[in-house]
Amino acid sequence: MVFVIRRLLQALFLGLVMSALVFAGIFAVGNPVDILIDPDATQAERARLIAQLGLDRPFHEQYFIFLGNLLQGDFGNSFVYNRPALTLILERMPATLELAFAAIVIAVVLGIPLGVYAGLRHGTPGSQAVMAGSILGFSVPNFWQAIMLIMVFSVMLGWFPVSGRGEVGTFLGIRSSLFTLNGLHHIALPAINLAIGHLALVIRLARSGTREVQAQDFIRFARAKGLSEPRIVLVHLLRNILIPIVTLVGMSFGGLIAFAVVTETIFAWPGMGKLIIDSIRMLDRPVVVAYLIVIVVIFIILNLLVDLLYSLIDPRIRLDEARQ
Amino acid sequence: MSVTDTQPPAAAPLIPRAQPPERPAARIIRDFARSPLALFGLALLLVIVLAALLAPWITPQNPYDLRSLSIMDSRLAPGEVGFSGVSFWLGSDGQGRDMFSAILYGLRISLMVGLIACTSALLIGLTLGLVAAYFGGRTDTVIMRLVDLHLSFPPILVALILLAILGRGLENIIVALIIVQWATFARMARATALSERGREYVEAAQSLGLSRIRILFGHLLPNCLPPLMVLYTVEIASAIALEATLSFLGVGLPATQPSLGLLISNGFQFVLSGQYWISVFPGIALLLLIVAINLVGDRLRDVLNPRNIT
Amino acid sequence: MSLLQIDNLQTHFFTSAGVVKAVDGVSYAVDRGEVLAVVGESGSGKSVTGLSVMGLIDAPGRVVGGAIRFDGREIAGLPNAEMRKLRGARIAMIFQDPMMTLNPVLRIDTQMVETILAHRAMSRSEAWALSRDTLGRVGIPSPDERMRAYPHQFSGGMRQRVAIAIALLNKPDLIIADEPTTALDVTIQAQILHLMQGLVEEERTALVWITHDLSVVAGFADRVAVMYAGEIVEEARTDDLIAAPRHPYTRGLIGSVPSRNLRGRRLAQIPGGAPPALNRPEGCRFAPRCAFCTEGCERPQELRDKVRCWRAAELPEYAEALA
Repeated sequence: MVFVIRRLLQALFLGLVMSALVFAGIFAVGNPVDILIDPDATQAERARLIAQLGLDRPFHEQYFIFLGNLLQGDFGNSFVYNRPALTLILERMPATLELAFAAIVIAVVLGIPLGVYAGLRHGTPGSQAVMAGSILGFSVPNFWQAIMLIMVFSVMLGWFPVSGRGEVGTFLGIRSSLFTLNGLHHIALPAINLAIGHLALVIRLARSGTREVQAQDFIRFARAKGLSEPRIVLVHLLRNILIPIVTLVGMSFGGLIAFAVVTETIFAWPGMGKLIIDSIRMLDRPVVVAYLIVIVVIFIILNLLVDLLYSLIDPRIRLDEARQ
Repeated sequence: MSVTDTQPPAAAPLIPRAQPPERPAARIIRDFARSPLALFGLALLLVIVLAALLAPWITPQNPYDLRSLSIMDSRLAPGEVGFSGVSFWLGSDGQGRDMFSAILYGLRISLMVGLIACTSALLIGLTLGLVAAYFGGRTDTVIMRLVDLHLSFPPILVALILLAILGRGLENIIVALIIVQWATFARMARATALSERGREYVEAAQSLGLSRIRILFGHLLPNCLPPLMVLYTVEIASAIALEATLSFLGVGLPATQPSLGLLISNGFQFVLSGQYWISVFPGIALLLLIVAINLVGDRLRDVLNPRNIT
Repeated sequence: MSLLQIDNLQTHFFTSAGVVKAVDGVSYAVDRGEVLAVVGESGSGKSVTGLSVMGLIDAPGRVVGGAIRFDGREIAGLPNAEMRKLRGARIAMIFQDPMMTLNPVLRIDTQMVETILAHRAMSRSEAWALSRDTLGRVGIPSPDERMRAYPHQFSGGMRQRVAIAIALLNKPDLIIADEPTTALDVTIQAQILHLMQGLVEEERTALVWITHDLSVVAGFADRVAVMYAGEIVEEARTDDLIAAPRHPYTRGLIGSVPSRNLRGRRLAQIPGGAPPALNRPEGCRFAPRCAFCTEGCERPQELRDKVRCWRAAELPEYAEALA
């Protein structure tokens, strides 16, 4: 418990530092006045808008106003949409989360079996093919791979829609496009695109984990006990290689949300990532800052979740916790 | 780990270790050459780098000399002969630019950005990592906290934020890449230096009364280099990929510096109408470059780490 | 007919450096209620012999020749599915390092119950009860609680007891114990030996006890087979072997064990090391280290009258040599 509280405090501090850094950085370079206000506007009109947006105050005042508002859940209004920045982001968050979730599922469901296979059948052509594929998947730049997916599966074969999110269905109170056929049809390509890099990573981890665990005495002992091969692989081996994989999956969920920027831009997926790119291009400062704060919060939550998951899988960690 | 390590390690303890002493460099080259895949990667890399270096002399046109472009040649399919009688082997883009020439010029920019950014990041990271490892204490804590903070965010996010702040531009993207990458090098340098610091030769140097700086750079540094070189190789690939991604998103290089990412971005709109080559060929060039670097890096990792040799 | 009879077993490893003949024509037999100790230094092939019986030789290794008869049935080269029915049910194995043989992320009860359910039609709760009782039999206090513990919550000696309990679960006819006490403290070693001795007598289990430590063997094993460089060099009843070792290697082994009667003397040692498995002498494999080596030792040696030394009969009596 002490551990959790300490982690939370650390996280809070981190959030504060990040907010200050980002605020300072954007203030220092971009000048939203030039972007937000019509160049033909009269001097009086300009002054009025600047005052309205709070852009005339000194830097530190702007930051404290901003921080105070932040604590009240007010991240400021988007200069472009003239709506609360946080609302804009939260509206788009489900689309991004479902995309990242779908990608994780693809990476894990395909990656673990392929990696374990490559580890168990080490040196065979099948294993080498899997590893060659994973090196390729690792090397192909995400954005180009997205273009290729669109070119082959949407333009040439016509199997999947080129862009956009499909119909949204409701299940157990959650609204997601994963619950409708049309939605699944739309999410398939973007999710695959987002998944491939991580799929390659999961394969590599699962393979090296398998090879390492396979050589351990307890696997040999399990064989000596006369257990069936499926039981040895699915229970004895898998439980041991899951730890690094869970870490990777947990850590990379944040990475996926970040990388969704690319996928969302190419597939015109209406998530946070596309919003942030558009906002950066248009110097929509409140949205950029709000996005970063949201991302920091997501990262902190993810890190805590990974730690908890860890202790579920590895009893030795639970013991260490108890000792503290 | 690479796909080429096919020899069985199981019976290793049974075999006596009776290898004649050999110069390390010779061993590394010999071990490296044992993998055909790695040799292929190296050859590919050399070809790409040479082509990029010699671009002004081997390309049919200078794609950024507006006088040599003709709008009549725009969006020609690969192999078509243009208005001026020149063949466009990889087709042409919306402005009648020969894709082959554009790709070679794009490679120059991509390689340059990757090399400059990565080398600077290596130097900064190496120095800070060594300093952290050697001086320890508060210096170490401060540097490593910074590194941890840094590495807990995905590179693309950090780069996006920085470019959001700095704006587009060649210098800006190099700065962003350096800031993204230095922490990786610093962590690796510190970890290796820490494991080296306890060795006898460092103690020996200390007992001889050599200065700290001398020990740091004269003794610790050379021994930390092999793992860092592997990381450097691989990080060049990721720097190039990241630059291409950022340029593709329109927050990286400006249109006056057409790297591979920008070429792909320019071609994206035409993919939907079936004019694939404007996006596909620069992408293949980028992919080949990254794969070649990764193949070499993967093998270097195996070769430089004695535990991985079967 | 013995319960386990190995005849001229050959297990080779096909490595990139050459063929390693880890087991090169080994024969031994062990019967119900009997303890056979297989003694040798590391690399002598004693463990590989045991693993060959279990059918647990991994690539690049393979049993290339010889016969392994278990309870009258040839089991060398049996399909893996058939072998699996024997492993853990009729033939059990215990390994050297108790820290490594139990799966660190599974509870003890999981690891015990699965062993029963792999071989017997039994309900989960019956299997659990049987596991708990067996845990009690090997001397683990409050087995009910300990069943739900994880391996890291046990000491090394206790873990080896758990491993022994797992081996006993299905009342095997044969247990192969591969250096089960080597990783343990001396006092714990004695406890485990005592435990095994009792269990074997009770159940009339045949036991193959693989060890590099001759001092463990006395008073415990009925017979001893000494292995050197992939071969058996001498086999005898334990008392005979200790009182009157015949092969020079066995003499060396016994001479290097500290004992009360030799107080004040320098401990003997065998000079040199075992020959590399890829490059063994053509003749007697022990010749380069042998104090009695003469002309004639460059010929390959055969096992004659249970000793692999052509000069065994003419060598001075061991007792005389000591004096």
